[in-house]
Amino acid sequence: MIQARQLTKVFSDRKRGQVVAVDHVDFRCEPGKIFGLLGCNGAGKTTCLRLLATLLRPSSGSATVNGFDVVAEAEKVRASIGFLSAATALYGRLTAYEVVEYFGRLHGLNGSALRARIDGLFGTLDMNEFRDRRCDKLSTGMKQKTSIARTLVHDPPVMIFDEPTAGLDVLTARSVLGFIAECGRGGKTVIFSTHVMSEAEKLCDTIAIIDGGRILAEGSLGELRARAGLQSLEDIFVKTVEEKI
Amino acid sequence: MKLRPIGVVYLKEMRDLLRDRRTIMSMIVVPVLVLPALMVAITSMASKVVGQARQEVGKVMLLGGEDSPETVAALRELKTIRIVAAAADYTNQISDKKIGAAVEIPQGFDAALKAGTTTSAVRIYTYESELKSTIAAEGLEQFFRKRKEAIVSQRLEERRIPQTVLTPFSVTRTNVASPKKVTGNTVGMILPYMVILMCLAGAIYPSVDLTAGEKERGTLETLLCSPVARTHLVVAKGMVVLTVSLVTAVLSISSNGGALLVMKRMAGGLGNNGAQGLALDPVALVGVAVMMIPMAVFISALMIAIGLFARSSKEANSYLQPLMICAIVPALAGGLPGVEMNYRLALIPIFNVSLISKEILAGASHWNHVLLVFGSMWLYAAIAVAAAVALFKRESVLFRT
Repeated sequence: MIQARQLTKVFSDRKRGQVVAVDHVDFRCEPGKIFGLLGCNGAGKTTCLRLLATLLRPSSGSATVNGFDVVAEAEKVRASIGFLSAATALYGRLTAYEVVEYFGRLHGLNGSALRARIDGLFGTLDMNEFRDRRCDKLSTGMKQKTSIARTLVHDPPVMIFDEPTAGLDVLTARSVLGFIAECGRGGKTVIFSTHVMSEAEKLCDTIAIIDGGRILAEGSLGELRARAGLQSLEDIFVKTVEEKI
Repeated sequence: MKLRPIGVVYLKEMRDLLRDRRTIMSMIVVPVLVLPALMVAITSMASKVVGQARQEVGKVMLLGGEDSPETVAALRELKTIRIVAAAADYTNQISDKKIGAAVEIPQGFDAALKAGTTTSAVRIYTYESELKSTIAAEGLEQFFRKRKEAIVSQRLEERRIPQTVLTPFSVTRTNVASPKKVTGNTVGMILPYMVILMCLAGAIYPSVDLTAGEKERGTLETLLCSPVARTHLVVAKGMVVLTVSLVTAVLSISSNGGALLVMKRMAGGLGNNGAQGLALDPVALVGVAVMMIPMAVFISALMIAIGLFARSSKEANSYLQPLMICAIVPALAGGLPGVEMNYRLALIPIFNVSLISKEILAGASHWNHVLLVFGSMWLYAAIAVAAAVALFKRESVLFRT
């Protein structure tokens, strides 16, 4: 489970002064559910997810991931999550197998247990064909599969996806979305950021519309429709953001 | 401090680096093969050029000497030079390398010699630093020196004065230092500098690749998502840089040392006693190696910190170039003859290691200085590691792209 309470992140910028990237955000993601953060570029999605992944420290407020505090128990939080974003690249000079094996070892796995886990993942994700190929020689789709295997190698209870389909072709994006849905069905807590309305509509049990670092609306797709009196998520999103302005 | 995650990260980073052709180039190919091969090739070429120049018969222009037929005839008999006719533009001909040198015989030279008086000076005109001109001038100087000695000897004989009048006493110099100390003193001026330079050169590429390079490639964020503590990541990365740096230094010193022996043999400077002439005290070498360890840790941590601070590899390289200069100057200064260790100098990083290494190799070091240098360098190394760790924990630095 993920719980954010008044989570806030303020950056100091030489030109712009104090920039509030995430502004007193509250939300809760349940196991087996997919929570979507829907927002434009610069809305605060990535910062919010980086706070949950302990890559950044909150300026105020708090958050727990799988019961661990993101500040006091950062290493335990990182051991409980699989974090995938456009910025999490692979080591080009290592093979797909070596990358997954490396992250398995970093999570404390080794020996036959690690090998069995990797073999299972490579089978499920259909990666055996390129397991010994260096990552810099892989196609975008193969890289994405390797990244997914990397996030899953330690079987984390919480998955954090930051715009995981950005820059992917339709087929690869579709397989990534299928994988996210599978994580939700498998009982994992999933938080997922996107600016693509159709992805949020298709995948998310709960959608939070975020803009200027603040969550403007939150609920299931049905609840958002009922509240806004609109059918299309895009219309709901635009109306919500414009009302705030 | 957990050793397992450090080991996992260290092994992965080493594997990753060793698969990079640039690492192999900078760590093995350049120091082990290219530099020694270049040194040997240049020496061999230089010795061949000098040999050829000595074989050649140099052209020498004779100025004057019309009234000194004996001297001119003796000059013409010399096999190492060929006398050419006098011309007014002899200085231009020397500058244009058309002739090697010119020799001016003063008026009445032979007559003055016969009369037993002193003549004005014989002038030799040369092109300073030009090889063939220098060889021609050496030949002329040797000719006139022998001629002078013969005349002096003849004059003494005529006056029935013994030859010993010219050498009332002689001075001899005897070396009392052991060959190890003598070599250590000479090698101590250059070896510490070379080791420090190679440590620096070896550390640059991995320190940039493992920090700013990872930022650029987007793998740093991937790594930061793992449960490994930031301190362990820095320690592992620092150990990788340290390993590459030390391996580069060891390989480079061994191969360049080998090349130096080959070059000395080529130049004929070693003869049969060459091995004895280059004898070094193994204990002193171990001492120098031990002194270099905290220095290499210091450099590695400093470079990791700078690499982390930079936004990109390009920026990191632009920060590291001035650092190289800042480190090379004290490393070189420490090896200068006449510079001696004291308590203040023992606290100047890098300079102190270079200086104490020189003294250790020369067998002139004092334990209090050795301990002070060793302790202070570990302190600087610890500060550099702490700075690198602190930077690695700063999100403004990690996400500074």
